[in-house]
Amino acid sequence: MEAYLSLFVKAVFVENLALSFFLGMCTFLALSKKIETAIGLGIAVAVVQAITVPVNNLILNFLLKDGSLMAGVDLTFLGLISYIGVIAAMVQILEMVLDKFMPSLYNALGVFLPLITVNCAILGGSLFMVERDYTFGESAVYGISSGLGWALAVVALAGVREKLKYSDVPKGLQGLGITFITVGLMSMGFMAFSGVQL
Amino acid sequence: MKMSPEAKSNLLDPLIGNNPITLQILGICSALAVTTSLKTALLMSMALTLVTAFSGASISAIRNHIPGSIRIIVQMTIIASLVIVVDQLLKAFAYDTAKQLSVFVGLIITNCIVMGRAEAYAMKNPVGLSFLDGIGNGLGYSLVLIVVAFFRELLGAGALLGYQILPLTTEGGWYQSNGMLLLPPSAFFIIGLMIWAIRAWKPEQNEAPDFVIHESHSHSTGEAH
Repeated sequence: MEAYLSLFVKAVFVENLALSFFLGMCTFLALSKKIETAIGLGIAVAVVQAITVPVNNLILNFLLKDGSLMAGVDLTFLGLISYIGVIAAMVQILEMVLDKFMPSLYNALGVFLPLITVNCAILGGSLFMVERDYTFGESAVYGISSGLGWALAVVALAGVREKLKYSDVPKGLQGLGITFITVGLMSMGFMAFSGVQL
Repeated sequence: MKMSPEAKSNLLDPLIGNNPITLQILGICSALAVTTSLKTALLMSMALTLVTAFSGASISAIRNHIPGSIRIIVQMTIIASLVIVVDQLLKAFAYDTAKQLSVFVGLIITNCIVMGRAEAYAMKNPVGLSFLDGIGNGLGYSLVLIVVAFFRELLGAGALLGYQILPLTTEGGWYQSNGMLLLPPSAFFIIGLMIWAIRAWKPEQNEAPDFVIHESHSHSTGEAH
C-alpha cells in the first residue's frame, strides 16, 4: 500500500507529466486561457489516462510480450501502433458512453474528447508504464495519478493566465512568449517537490 | 532543375516566417524534453523530419482514396508505422542515444507537427510538394531544437556534442556551469525568450493583446490631485 501511495505522490508532483516531462504541451498551452475550459480538459485527460494506462498494461502483458500469445512470438515492436490504437478506441468508446449515460458531462467536455487522442500526455503515460515495467496495480495507480497531475498543472496555469491578461507585458512577449516564461516558473516551483521521499 | 516558387516557399517558410514551434505552437512537447544535449536534439530532429516528410508524401499519395470519416485513423496508422521504422532503426544503429531519447521517439506519433501537416497540407496537395512541406516543417522544428540545445548544453555543461568547450571550475578551468540549464524550467525560458527575439525582428507575428492598457489613465489621475 505504501508503495502505491509513494507512486501516487511522485506521479502527481515530482514527475508531473506537463511540467517536468513537457507532455501534452500543445493542448496545455492552447487551451489554458480560461479556467472553465482548463477544468473540462483536465477531467477528460485524467479519465482517459486512468483507463488507457492499465488497459495498455494488459495488452502488453497478454498479447505483445515475448511468448505471451504463443511461444516464440515476440510482438513488442508493434507496441506503439497498438497503444495508439487502444487510446483512439478508448476515446471513441468513452465518447459514446458519456453521450448515452452522462449527457451533461459530455456536453461540458465537448470538443476536448476527440483532441485527447493526439495528446502526448496520454501516449506518454503508456510509454512510461512500459519503460518502467509497472505491474497491473502500479499502472492503475500511475494512470490515475499522472492524469490528475496533468489536470492540476493545466488548471493552475489557466488561473495564472487569467490574471496575466490584465498586466502590461512587453509587446513581443505577449501571448505565447509570456506563457512559456510562466510555465517555466511553475515548473521551477514544482521542482521543489523533487526532494519529497515517501 | 529549378524549383517552382511554391516548392521553395514550402521548404523555406517554416524556418522562421511560419515556424511550427514559435508561431503555430505545434510539437512543443518533445522540443523541450530532448534539448539537454546537442546530440539528442540532432537525432530527434532527423527522426522527426524523416517522419514528417515521408508521412506527408504517403498520405498525399493516397489522399483521393481515403474516406473523410476515417481519415484520422488512416493518418495515424501511417504515421505510427513510420515511427516504428524510425524507432527500430535508432535502436539498431544508435542504441545509447536512443536510450536517452527514451519515450520521445514513440511520441513522434502524437507530435502535432506531423498530424497537423498531414491534415492541413498533405490531404490537399500533390506528393512532391507534400514531401517538401514535410521537410520544411521538420527543418523549422530542427532549427528551434538545435538553438535551444546549443545554449543548454554550452551553458549548462560547458560542452558541445560532448566535447568540452568551456573548461569547468570543477576541473581546474574558469567556467562555473549553470546547472539550471540542464533542468526542465530553462527549456521554457529559452523558448519564451526566443519567441520574443523572433517577434522583435518580425513584428507582424505579435499577438493582439486581450486588453489594452490606456496610457491616458495615469495622466487623468494626475490632474485630479
